[in-house]
Amino acid sequence: MNARTAPDLLQAAAAAPAHHLSNAHLDALEEETIFILREVAAAFERPALLFSGGKDSLVMLCCAEKAFGAGRIPYPLLMIDTGHNFPEVTDFRDQRAAELKAELIVRSVEDSMARGTVRLAHPGESRNVHQSVTLLEAIEEFRFDALIGGARRDEEKARAKERIFSHRDSFGQWQPKSQRPELWTLFNTRLAPGEHFRVFPISNWTELDVWQYIEREGIALPSIYYAHERAVVERRGLLVPVTPLTPPKDGETVENRTVRFRTVGDITCTCPVESRAATPGEIVIETLAADVSERGATRMDDKTSEASMEKRKRDGYF
Amino acid sequence: MNTIESIASRAYPESANSQKDTQTALRFITCGSVDDGKSTLIGRLLVDSKAVLQDHLAGVTRGGEADLALLTDGLQAEREQGITIDVAYRYFNTESRKFIIGDAPGHEQYTRNMVTAASQADAAVVLVDATKLDWQNAQLPLLPQTRRHALLLKLLRVPSVVFAINKLDAVAQPELAYQHIRGALQAFTASAGMAPAAIVPVSALKGWNVVDFGHEQAGWCGYSGPTLLEILERLPVTPRETALPLAFPVQWVEKFSSSSDTSQGRRVFWGRVATGHIAPGTPVQVLPGGQQAEVAQVLDHARRPGGIGAGHSAGVVLDREVDVSRGDWIVAAPAASDAADDDFDTPASAPAWPPVRELSATVAWMDDEPLVAGRVYWALHGHRWVKAKVRRVVHRLDIHTLAEEAATQLEPNAIGHVELVLQEPIPATPFARSRVLGSLILVDTASHKTAGAVLIETAPAKPL
Repeated sequence: MNARTAPDLLQAAAAAPAHHLSNAHLDALEEETIFILREVAAAFERPALLFSGGKDSLVMLCCAEKAFGAGRIPYPLLMIDTGHNFPEVTDFRDQRAAELKAELIVRSVEDSMARGTVRLAHPGESRNVHQSVTLLEAIEEFRFDALIGGARRDEEKARAKERIFSHRDSFGQWQPKSQRPELWTLFNTRLAPGEHFRVFPISNWTELDVWQYIEREGIALPSIYYAHERAVVERRGLLVPVTPLTPPKDGETVENRTVRFRTVGDITCTCPVESRAATPGEIVIETLAADVSERGATRMDDKTSEASMEKRKRDGYF
Repeated sequence: MNTIESIASRAYPESANSQKDTQTALRFITCGSVDDGKSTLIGRLLVDSKAVLQDHLAGVTRGGEADLALLTDGLQAEREQGITIDVAYRYFNTESRKFIIGDAPGHEQYTRNMVTAASQADAAVVLVDATKLDWQNAQLPLLPQTRRHALLLKLLRVPSVVFAINKLDAVAQPELAYQHIRGALQAFTASAGMAPAAIVPVSALKGWNVVDFGHEQAGWCGYSGPTLLEILERLPVTPRETALPLAFPVQWVEKFSSSSDTSQGRRVFWGRVATGHIAPGTPVQVLPGGQQAEVAQVLDHARRPGGIGAGHSAGVVLDREVDVSRGDWIVAAPAASDAADDDFDTPASAPAWPPVRELSATVAWMDDEPLVAGRVYWALHGHRWVKAKVRRVVHRLDIHTLAEEAATQLEPNAIGHVELVLQEPIPATPFARSRVLGSLILVDTASHKTAGAVLIETAPAKPL
């Protein structure tokens, strides 16, 4: 189930840089994203940009810097912290926020657990799904009326159907049956009190576009996106990282493998893929060669049910 | 499924350098009912262009055979409850181009879905099911839905329309069927004033003429033109409205007062150029205020200086302090009129985009509540919100023929002609002349739902 690592392919990548692949469409994607980021700044009173330190949110931040000028992003960055994040990513998040002179708001699932608004079924349960509760609490606390997120429509079936400006009711719920039609670029941003919008400026980007853009713009990423040695166990076709939160089970063999993360989230449900790709250009080649989707290769929590993402979104998840 | 050779050829196409920076993504929609093979065609495009990954393909494989139609099957809620959620977006790319498919379900709420998807499309593929036609007849009648799809695409000004005649593998004489159906499509489009970009025979099920020919199928149906994908690779994106006078809706006003950066000194007005071209030195007028100024500086979407044409984002700095807010329009300054001073009927100068308060328009109605005469809605035009009252429903259109019929209201998915009166004047123009200035949406003031897509036909004969 891992992304294929073909030695001859990586040799080819080393011999001929990947920017020979057409990237003419990136200008139009960037321009669309910037247009949407400005629309949010203009149409809403209290927007925030969800920022995890992951590749999609770093692409959005790069566009936001172009949209508003260096150090002038007009909304705070919001991170919902499960407490189960890779330290390389949270360190990088803090560093980027400081460089951008952006206000960084962190709200944590552990605080919601302390308040009693989040109850885990068992201590080892993934906290990923419980982020929705903490997120809705943050929305209420700061009275946010628009939350910008880095979701892409190519990630998953439910996202393929979601609007760029996605209306949420006062419970934060997505109502797929009554989405507002998006005609031309006339975005209907009207809200009733207590409601908010989720806005997805990189809806039309694919995983390949993101890596081509990272390469073109020289965007710095947390180190775990590139090949590194990591202790893992093989479980149900996935490579599970060995961490204090995800220890090996009885009978599993711990191995050191050269891996990278295609997607980064909660430690308890994010798996790396085997890879020797050390640069964005090499990852572009691997992405072209990959025969398993980003989520199929890496996310444990999405595999439980084909519609699990749709269900979570309806409960207020991103 | 991907050999190293095919990956390398996709990563390093020989022609990449010559094609670089000449093509942007093509947004297209597919029109057809479920039985016409629309889902199979999209599945075929995705699979044969290697855009479908193994885990997704495994999810639709039953007994070793992939059911392509299931790739575009909808959400759990749709399957369980039999509801239709409109447009889904799907992505694939070849070495030379990225494609965005606006995939609207073909059955319920057809007009609403198709109008939504078509509003952003550069092209449309209309599927024609050969097995449903009397293909042995040289004078065969087309199905009503084919005519309806084509007429809606014309109404919405989708630039390129491709007809894909599907299921020709299932008829006894495919070459004859292709000839007859193609003739019927040519006759119909000519009478409707349309010029199809291509008419191509395909088998979505077998994959013939979609992405590849298949060696034994070369010259199938007597057709030796490009495959459907090759046609899509070559289609132009929607032409920019650069030949018209400047119109620029102000999206966001950037103020420097709240910042320590005083080097700019002025406010920057950001937005996307709707029509024409903007460059330093351009004389402009601000609507609705009417003040005149000159453009001092223009920035592109990423803040690099330069002149900007229609369709692209720009930041505009004016040469003097003028009151400009989000929703205002910066337009070409009025041109001096040739009229003599004693010609009292002609104003001294003619505005490039005269503001109007009354509109006659075609409306595609989307809300579950019908449109009724006398009601007031919110209207969004560019970035400006104004109140709009429906003065009169003039006609409803038969969506099969666009023939006019009497009506006093418009039901969901109906299309009709209405007269609107606006609370404030806007620089509107017929949709046939400019997509951006000629379009607006109506929003229900109570539910805030997007209720109607409005294509402006004419400003009234006598201005208010």
